[in-house]
Amino acid sequence: MSDFTTWDILRNLLLSARWTVLLSIVSFVGGGLVGGALLFARIGKGRLGPAFARTYIELFQGTPLLMQLFLAFFGLGLFGIDVPAWLAAGVALILWTAAFLAEIWRGCVESIAKGQWEASSSLGMGYLQQMRWVILPQALRIAVPPTVGFSVQVVKGTALTSIIGFVELSKAGTMVTNATFEPFTVYGFVALIYFCLCWPLSKSSQILERKLNVAHRNH
Amino acid sequence: MSLIEITEVKKRFGDNEVLKGINIDVEPGEVIAIIGKSGSGKSTLLRCINGLETIDEGSISVAGAQLLPDELHLKALRLKVGMIFQGFNLFPHLTAGRNVMLSQMVVKKTPKAEAEVMAKKMLERVGLGHKFDAYPDQLSGGQQQRVAIARALAMQPIALLCDEITSALDPELVNEVLAVVKELASEGMTLMMVTHEMRFARDVCSRVVFMHQGRVHEIGPPEEVFAAPKTPELKQFLGVTH
Ligand SMILES: Nc1ncnc2c1ncn2[C@@H]1O[C@H](COP(=O)(O)OP(=O)(O)O)[C@@H](O)[C@H]1O
Ligand SMILES: [Mg+2]
Repeated sequence: MSDFTTWDILRNLLLSARWTVLLSIVSFVGGGLVGGALLFARIGKGRLGPAFARTYIELFQGTPLLMQLFLAFFGLGLFGIDVPAWLAAGVALILWTAAFLAEIWRGCVESIAKGQWEASSSLGMGYLQQMRWVILPQALRIAVPPTVGFSVQVVKGTALTSIIGFVELSKAGTMVTNATFEPFTVYGFVALIYFCLCWPLSKSSQILERKLNVAHRNH
Repeated sequence: MSLIEITEVKKRFGDNEVLKGINIDVEPGEVIAIIGKSGSGKSTLLRCINGLETIDEGSISVAGAQLLPDELHLKALRLKVGMIFQGFNLFPHLTAGRNVMLSQMVVKKTPKAEAEVMAKKMLERVGLGHKFDAYPDQLSGGQQQRVAIARALAMQPIALLCDEITSALDPELVNEVLAVVKELASEGMTLMMVTHEMRFARDVCSRVVFMHQGRVHEIGPPEEVFAAPKTPELKQFLGVTH
């Protein structure tokens, strides 16, 4: 009935999946950087840093990602700033990812035994030295599985950006459906592609977790 | 002048006054045993001397350096006083050798090669030269505690604080750690140790401090404190019945 072959459908979807992958990577890397800064603010000693970071994290964790996308996209528009969809999508996802990663990592840092701080203090190390040489190396290995696991959420989160018009996999699915009138085939492929992106991530998170637990517990 | 001067030290946690005016002067080379019931403030006292807790009143000085709660003073003090903990607190991600090297390199900026030589020497000193490349979880509790001692010694402190360093060990491992401490004592290291090893306190220590409810209740040479306790609290603690 339609003029589109299955291959046409799949090819179009795969082409737009590149944008899903790119947006995921940008969000994850950018979110990791911002999240790292947030982490230090959150666990730091001052008063302003932790208060700011806590508020930030609560705001971004306490509102739907979709609202954050709308605010980034339409909000700035109110001030006469024309925000392209890709920019709003990138910024919103980076900030959203940062909040979650900062919180995941804080848990990892705080799970390091108090004795590690005390021993390194008693040896004369300052805060940054303790962080660099004692706490973070231990926290990092604990952080790897949940961090990789969270990347799955980021990939799935990119689907929401279709609503503000960013053409990634989901948006492409809608567009191809409108042209082909074969929603079941199209969305079936869309789901399959998402699965192919996410499954290796969650699987490797599980494997890493087992590995880091079984192999010498501590090094 | 004494090496460690603890004067009228008070420490509160909320409204719980844990140290109620402690006075102890420790001379160079002295080995002080601190005994007393659980909760009497022994750990808190040691932690105050090392700046892990801030004091509310009084003063502490070590070799003339005042304990003040800023990074610079704290670091200066901690270079003079090492601390050994009940739970070893080795860095689990580093080998025994690296544990001993780390603070030398990071805090004292000792070049790596030099730090390594020192680490080997200190591990030899506690009888663990052959465990340089072992990770903490490959060592027994007694061995871990000896690495912790080597780690503290590598910073060349003039005094060591030991908080129940054998309490977490299986009985058969206690002696290997006490032997190291005894060796240090005979080499003239100044030691303040909270301990339940009464025999050790009697044999090795120059003075015994009995703490009770946040105060120094009795203090004196071991033969006096153990053989002729003056207060009913100490008598009860030692299990002496008259
Ligand atoms: N960080 C802390 N916060 C509140 N209370 C504490 C803290 N550390 C110790 N204490 C209290 O101080 C008292 C003395 O504790 P501690 O010095 O550990 O005694 P000891 O070592 O003689 O058993 C106890 O009542 C304990 O509950
Ligand atoms: Mg104690």
